[in-house]
Amino acid sequence: MRRYAGKSILKGIAIGKILFYSKGEQLVQRRSVDNVEAELERFETAKNTAAQQLHMLYEKALKEVGEVNAAIFEVHSMMLEDDDFNDSIKNMIESQKINAEYAVAATGDNFAKMFAEMDDEYFQARSADIKDIAERVVGILHGSQNSGDLGEEPVILAAKDLAPSETVQMDKSKLLGFVTELGSANSHTAILARTMNIPALIGIQVSEELNGKMAVIDGVTGELIVDPDAEVLKEYEAKKQEELRQRELLQELKGKEDVTLDGKHIKLFANIGSVGDMAKVLANDAGGIGLFRSEFLYLEKNDYPSEEEQFQAYKTAAETMAGKKVIIRTLDIGADKQVDYFNLDKEDNPAMGYRAIRICLDRQEIFKTQLRALLRASAYGNLGVMYPMIISVDEVRQIKKIVEELKKEFDDSGIPYGDFEQGIMIETPAAVMISDLLAKEVDFFSIGTNDLTQYTLAIDRQNAKLDNIYDSHHEAILRMIRTTVENGHKENCWVGICGELGADTTLTETFLKMGVDELSVSPSCVLPIRKIIRSTRIAD
Amino acid sequence: MKTFNYTIQDALGIHARPAGVLVKEVKKFESKITIEGNGKSADAGKLLAVMGMGIKQGTEITVKAEGADEDAAIAAMEEFFKANL
Repeated sequence: MRRYAGKSILKGIAIGKILFYSKGEQLVQRRSVDNVEAELERFETAKNTAAQQLHMLYEKALKEVGEVNAAIFEVHSMMLEDDDFNDSIKNMIESQKINAEYAVAATGDNFAKMFAEMDDEYFQARSADIKDIAERVVGILHGSQNSGDLGEEPVILAAKDLAPSETVQMDKSKLLGFVTELGSANSHTAILARTMNIPALIGIQVSEELNGKMAVIDGVTGELIVDPDAEVLKEYEAKKQEELRQRELLQELKGKEDVTLDGKHIKLFANIGSVGDMAKVLANDAGGIGLFRSEFLYLEKNDYPSEEEQFQAYKTAAETMAGKKVIIRTLDIGADKQVDYFNLDKEDNPAMGYRAIRICLDRQEIFKTQLRALLRASAYGNLGVMYPMIISVDEVRQIKKIVEELKKEFDDSGIPYGDFEQGIMIETPAAVMISDLLAKEVDFFSIGTNDLTQYTLAIDRQNAKLDNIYDSHHEAILRMIRTTVENGHKENCWVGICGELGADTTLTETFLKMGVDELSVSPSCVLPIRKIIRSTRIAD
Repeated sequence: MKTFNYTIQDALGIHARPAGVLVKEVKKFESKITIEGNGKSADAGKLLAVMGMGIKQGTEITVKAEGADEDAAIAAMEEFFKANL
């Protein structure tokens, strides 16, 4: 039995045989060719195949791990089309009369070296991207098999390093966990592991001799245990059973009501970023959608999404949830979320700048397009709409006036529409302080704890130096939430939490006792929170 | 020839994604567009060359456009850098 210490990317235990994976350092031999034209043709064909593969990987990653993580494949496609990269390869084939494999590999090495020698970590890491695309093209020229084949039995994959393209191609049902020597906690592969929920360790020296050995990944301690003795194996099998049992227990909670021991019904909803996340909402049995971030409709496009496109997306969400509440947050861009075609100026302090509802009330045509789509989609289900970054009663009145005007236009032109509950995000200290006044204007409040914490504590969320004083359980925040709930209830306005704090299981009981009516959390947090709701008694 | 200077605001510098979009933008114009900074210069239509300059946040660059449509090109470049980098 041998133990290796590494760094854990994801908690959890994996037990199984190791498959040592190596790219087999594709041996590229330099060969002279007679027919240069044919060789150039071979390169072009292989390049086109590579471009198609990258496009497919992008689509696959988009579905499995989302737009942000999939972007890497878009970058690879662009690199593949680079003029210098292509010219270098073609020149080598033409002037030296050599085979395409060699020209691609040599060119890839040259560019990879250029990046590896740069003095910035970000650019150094791009070296691996260049190698990845060069290896892809060489692999195609060699006619080699797809690297995602893991065999029949589920395995723990061990490798020096894994390129994101390799991770995405693998059949997830055959992958128990993975261990790599290289890579950082923030590498694309680590991020993919977290998104796919697979135990993973990095920083462990791996070699061919591990192949086929029994092993355990302990994602809590960050250890890889190879050839565990019977006792250790038994211990981990028990732990794994416990892990599975916990997961099953949670599954048993599906279909159960979100009600406390003393009978209060809680709205336990899910947060989503696009229509693509709906499957996770249904799989985790959320009672509705508490935060549908509409930004994705804008971020994915090169131009303003039309009313029709938006209508289709909202209608799909409303219909899929079949009568359950779907709360859509109107456009919240600016600050850290930028969209080219909005042509927003760079700001010194974007978190406090031109963003969200401020843009919508200033460029009303954009806002009206979205509201028209929402009103029309409301006819197909139970929609709610909430407005971000509110600081005054006047803003809310302006919005409500616009909504009324649009309804009137629809009435006049005979276009069918439905009605939606209107609410606001409580994410500025100003909104908390006047929540008694705001409550008279709207149907519900949803507390966005991330921004509220940032603004209340005056701590920039992005600044790592301040992590030690960023306290999301700060008494000031808890009082803000309490005040908001109390003021909301006086005016029959229900109050929810949709920020990260809503999923903090150490606070669930506190929130329920404060009287919070709704918690909206990421889909995977729904069942653990349901468990707490069902075992909490609100009244003392 | 038309030029403008710009100081990079993006925390990662001229990184892969905006550089890729830049290349597409540049190819819409006939003019030769170059970027100078960090003691190097590169054809703005070449992704790896642009990334290879290693331009970081806070670096001042000069963008030049020369050719038949240089006025339109430089205006588009200025807009692009302000919005994306």
